[in-house]
Amino acid sequence: MDMNREKLLRELMAADFAVIDMNLYLDTHPNDQRAILIYNVLVQRAKMLRDNYERLYGPLTPMTPSKCPFEWINEPWPWQRHYSPFAL
Amino acid sequence: MWIYDKKLEYPVKIKTRNPRMAKYIITQYGGPDGELAASLRYLSQRFSMPTKEAKAILNDIGTEELAHLEIVGTMVHQLTQGVPAEIMEREGLGDYYSDHDHAVYPLSAAGNPFTAAYIQSKGDPIADLYEDLAAEQKARATYENLINLADDPDVIDPLRFLREREIVHFQRFGEALRIVQDRLAQKAFYVKKPDFMGK
Ligand SMILES: [Fe+2]
Repeated sequence: MDMNREKLLRELMAADFAVIDMNLYLDTHPNDQRAILIYNVLVQRAKMLRDNYERLYGPLTPMTPSKCPFEWINEPWPWQRHYSPFAL
Repeated sequence: MWIYDKKLEYPVKIKTRNPRMAKYIITQYGGPDGELAASLRYLSQRFSMPTKEAKAILNDIGTEELAHLEIVGTMVHQLTQGVPAEIMEREGLGDYYSDHDHAVYPLSAAGNPFTAAYIQSKGDPIADLYEDLAAEQKARATYENLINLADDPDVIDPLRFLREREIVHFQRFGEALRIVQDRLAQKAFYVKKPDFMGK
């Protein structure tokens, strides 16, 4: 995985994780208006990073338009050593 | 339903093979306080939760535990990939190798295969949430044991992430328990099942 791809993946992973964590907080604090504002900003940022990554490096979910041959099956998969970027 | 997202929740990139460490870490894949048990526990219990907050938190933490299962499986895979049989045996994985080669199989550090007996789903939201709080503490303690056994920063880093998530989950389950107790409108420490008729 080249350096630019690693960098973009790392940013997306961090952005998605922020959404996951804020989601759990809001599950038990559904009336926290300020947290919902932050959540909405985080979601927008994660979506932007995801769209950009997928445009450059192919689908992250099997619900993305594909060229031929079917791009979803392209390696690496996340458990492969050369997939993950270095630790955050 | 679930849709696969082709990335890990937290990066795993282990440069040095260490089958002995894999033998310990696999307990968080298929052991009593592991991520498979956690995920099945919460995703099963969510059906009988009484408040929307409790349904949501069990659904969403149960989902995150699946991502943790993937992280742990990835660690085991990267620690053992391509290690020759004689080294697997020397490092204490001769038994494992006999049955599973380099595959990832859910069992505990002591070699007990995964069983649904590790979890409960009681239909009583208070009982279930107390179990969940205990499960998060047990998982946190297990990650601390694993961190004590590890010396490679590539291994310790994702273990630290997973440990921290158990603390967050414990906090959220505590909040859900408080919400459910308020909802059941009882000040008692233990609240009877909502459909209990008092017979
Ligand atoms: Fe957890």
